[in-house]
Amino acid sequence: MSLLPYLIAGWIFLAGVYGIATSRNLIHAVGCLAVTQSSTYVLLLSVGYRKGATAPVFSDAPTSATVVDPVVQALALTDVVVGATVTALLLALVVQTAKRHGTIDPDELSGLKG
Amino acid sequence: MGRLLPLIVVVPLLGAALLVAGGRHVPRPVAEAVAGLAAAASAGLAAVALTRPPAVSWLGAWGPRDGHSVGIVLVGDRIGLGLAALTSLLVVAVLAYSWHYFDEPPHGHGGAFPALVLLFQAGMCGFALTGDLFDAFVFFELMGVVGYALTGYRVEEARPVQGALVFGFVNSLGGYAALLGIGLLYARTGELGMAQTGRALDESAGASGRGGDALVVAAFVLILTALLVKAAAVPFHFWLPDAHAVAPTPVCMLLSGVMVEMGGYGAARVYTTVFAGPGGVPAAGARRTLLVLGVVSALAGALMCWQQRHVKRLLAFSTVAHTGLFLTGIALLTPHGIAGTALYVLGHAGAKAALFACTGILLDRHGSVDECELHGKGRDTAGTGLLFAAGGLALAGLPPFGTSLGKALVEEQSPWLPALFVLVSAVTGGAVLRVAARVFLGAGQAGRDGEEGSEGPETAGGEEEPETGRRVRRPPVPMVTVAALLLAGALAVGTVPGLTGAVTTAAEAFADHGGYAAAVLDGRPAVHPAGAYDWWTWTGAGLGLLSAALAVGLAALSVGRRSRAVPGSAPLRRLHSGHVGDYVAWTVAGIGLVSLLALW
Amino acid sequence: MTRRVRLWVLAAGLLATAALYAAACTQLPGFGGSWHPYGDRAVRAALQQRTANTVSSVNFDLRAFDTLGEESVLFASVLGTVVLLRRTRDEKRVAPEPVRVPAALRRYGRLMLPVTLLIGLYVIAHGQLSPGGGFQGGVVAATSLHLLYIAVDYPALERFRPLGLYELADGAGEAAYVLLGAAGLIAGSAYLANVLPLGTFNTLSSGGTVPLLNAAVGIEVTSAVVVLLAHFLAQALEIEGEREEDRSA
Repeated sequence: MSLLPYLIAGWIFLAGVYGIATSRNLIHAVGCLAVTQSSTYVLLLSVGYRKGATAPVFSDAPTSATVVDPVVQALALTDVVVGATVTALLLALVVQTAKRHGTIDPDELSGLKG
Repeated sequence: MGRLLPLIVVVPLLGAALLVAGGRHVPRPVAEAVAGLAAAASAGLAAVALTRPPAVSWLGAWGPRDGHSVGIVLVGDRIGLGLAALTSLLVVAVLAYSWHYFDEPPHGHGGAFPALVLLFQAGMCGFALTGDLFDAFVFFELMGVVGYALTGYRVEEARPVQGALVFGFVNSLGGYAALLGIGLLYARTGELGMAQTGRALDESAGASGRGGDALVVAAFVLILTALLVKAAAVPFHFWLPDAHAVAPTPVCMLLSGVMVEMGGYGAARVYTTVFAGPGGVPAAGARRTLLVLGVVSALAGALMCWQQRHVKRLLAFSTVAHTGLFLTGIALLTPHGIAGTALYVLGHAGAKAALFACTGILLDRHGSVDECELHGKGRDTAGTGLLFAAGGLALAGLPPFGTSLGKALVEEQSPWLPALFVLVSAVTGGAVLRVAARVFLGAGQAGRDGEEGSEGPETAGGEEEPETGRRVRRPPVPMVTVAALLLAGALAVGTVPGLTGAVTTAAEAFADHGGYAAAVLDGRPAVHPAGAYDWWTWTGAGLGLLSAALAVGLAALSVGRRSRAVPGSAPLRRLHSGHVGDYVAWTVAGIGLVSLLALW
Repeated sequence: MTRRVRLWVLAAGLLATAALYAAACTQLPGFGGSWHPYGDRAVRAALQQRTANTVSSVNFDLRAFDTLGEESVLFASVLGTVVLLRRTRDEKRVAPEPVRVPAALRRYGRLMLPVTLLIGLYVIAHGQLSPGGGFQGGVVAATSLHLLYIAVDYPALERFRPLGLYELADGAGEAAYVLLGAAGLIAGSAYLANVLPLGTFNTLSSGGTVPLLNAAVGIEVTSAVVVLLAHFLAQALEIEGEREEDRSA
């Protein structure tokens, strides 16, 4: 079963993609994009896990303690911030889409064709 | 000089921070001057670094010990630095183009537009210089975020927000796919640096005697996905025409001129540094992938370009076509292919940005970018018309433009390449020349288009708001000057004698998988002596003249005809639906296609 | 493209991607293994830099340039949101209608605001020691201010939120990070080098530049989140298009 966490990451990615592609509501689609991104957190943190190890913080643990990989945690933190900001920006665009097009259903947006 | 490399990225960041903090308290010219200075300082630093020996900069002084480091490295090799310099120069041109005339809301929040442009510059320069996979992802996202905001800048209109949204969805999705790939590589190698990852892959291949396995291929495909989305290769390209058609003109100049090319650069860089060794992806697989997608993009882009009447969208599809040619050049995976492509990119940046600049002038004067509606309206501005036509000829590959030289150098690499390059150059250049003839000469019939000819859906481009607040009567001087200077730059790329030699040497270093790792990790820069190189040849110049003549011929033949539609292309046009779901479906289908091509 | 065709294209893409990724997973080292070369090096380097929270050491020292890029992404997207959510020519600003809030909620909000702010500042200040730092603490601190909106009302939030000042702080936080990086160059080392005295392990002043960079990020994130939410709130509560009025009239 030691592959399960990795496979779950892939599953989350695909589920998010399915959500975006079939979405009838742009806010929902932005949410699905966030789901897609969360797959990267799961993969990164799974890759960095070490059995029996503690958090990589030594303020209350001896410096000899075995810890999980701190690098992937730092990457995941960066990734979270990137994801949150992309979400904010896309939601701002959705707000304007609702105003200018009167709908947030991607099926009803027209204007850029051919 | 190595120590100062990070300044190329951070000086624009500082400029943006100053503009956000103080922009609303200073008059607009001051804000614009601050932005211009920051962009120019960064360009100057990149130019100085280009004159010195290649150097690397380990941020935080975390240099490697025994080939391993805990830090991030910026690599000042010639190609990366050249791209950073091109980006910065283009940003200076864009700021000059926007000077005074370009309407910059939100009012009472001065400096927001130049600050965004500086952040865009920082993102692209960081991406061009970094030697670290995760750091490249961060700058990829910085480029992306600023790109979406700038594309949707004109929120008063309906289409920009739609174009920005599809751009945002597809690019972000690509970025996350790449991050999965980076995660897979990290799990295998325990490294994030490009040089370290490449070396670790090779070592594990050497130890086990096998080449890249499924994991390496998957990582390659996933990372390549993000870069091909950026490079707008078919079928990842759908966002590009939508974004370019709606983005403000100065933003289009940056998107088409250099951001899309970053995708091709990234693909070449990641392949040569990480995957080109024995533990990576076999060269045949990488070559097949890039070649197929490049050729298909070039042909599809040219076909779509020809049929557009929305001038910005036409130019956008010509960017798809030309990036397809760049990917074809990169796919050869030879120093000469890369050198030719690099020159092509330089020339293309000047020509394409100049064409967008001229289109912006049309928009500001007439409130339209519709070829049919603009018919004959440009007759009183011969200067702009000449620049537009010269840009078209440059796209078509007329010697001695840099586009023509780059095209010639790539064409020489294989006997079947001239056919593709001549065809695509002629069609895209011909489309631009057709627009030039109709708009600036009033050739052909004045078209109340729309009801006739076109089969299937299309985006027209009439009734657009000028970007200058209200319509201008005469072409603003800074806008025309910038367009002329950009074309002069495209001309210089083809005529300055030493440039080709320097680029060829740079390309040899760029394609050297082991040399890159040695330079970055062991402090032993590989020596690539300036050797013999090709410049203009009779064949190359002849093929350039041929494609330019074909372009003129195509334009002349079509200018009197009412329909631009190419029979049988309606299904292809219908695929460009402006629908986020469609584009995302094509993006994952593209992942599947790339995996098939890489594995075969 | 019809929905049916899109689903077919999507299905093909999802299947191919799933196959590619699953094949890759079988080649990954087993979950929870002990081989983490970069992580081990990072822990050694963090301890050598006397930074107890190794994640902060990676973020603000070893890979501080990533964090500069990350902070810039946030900075850029806030600026982008300010631009995208501006009041356009055809829109006007209206005063939001007051809403009655239960007294108990008011008391709770007033109580929790200083507590939340304090927690935010604590999390920022202790980033080099315990889980947290500028990003996490900044979000908490910015949230505290918005308790005013939830527990009192929108005008109360507006009184305590001079937006111009927060935009200034947003730029200042970004500039501070860039300039702290340049300190490394000026000291004769590399950009973003940790050139300050490293202090005593596991104390507030340990870690050299790490706490300072954390503080710069904390300022930036706090003000960025405030500015970001301000523009979304203004869209929801204050800005009205003329078209909407026509519809309601």
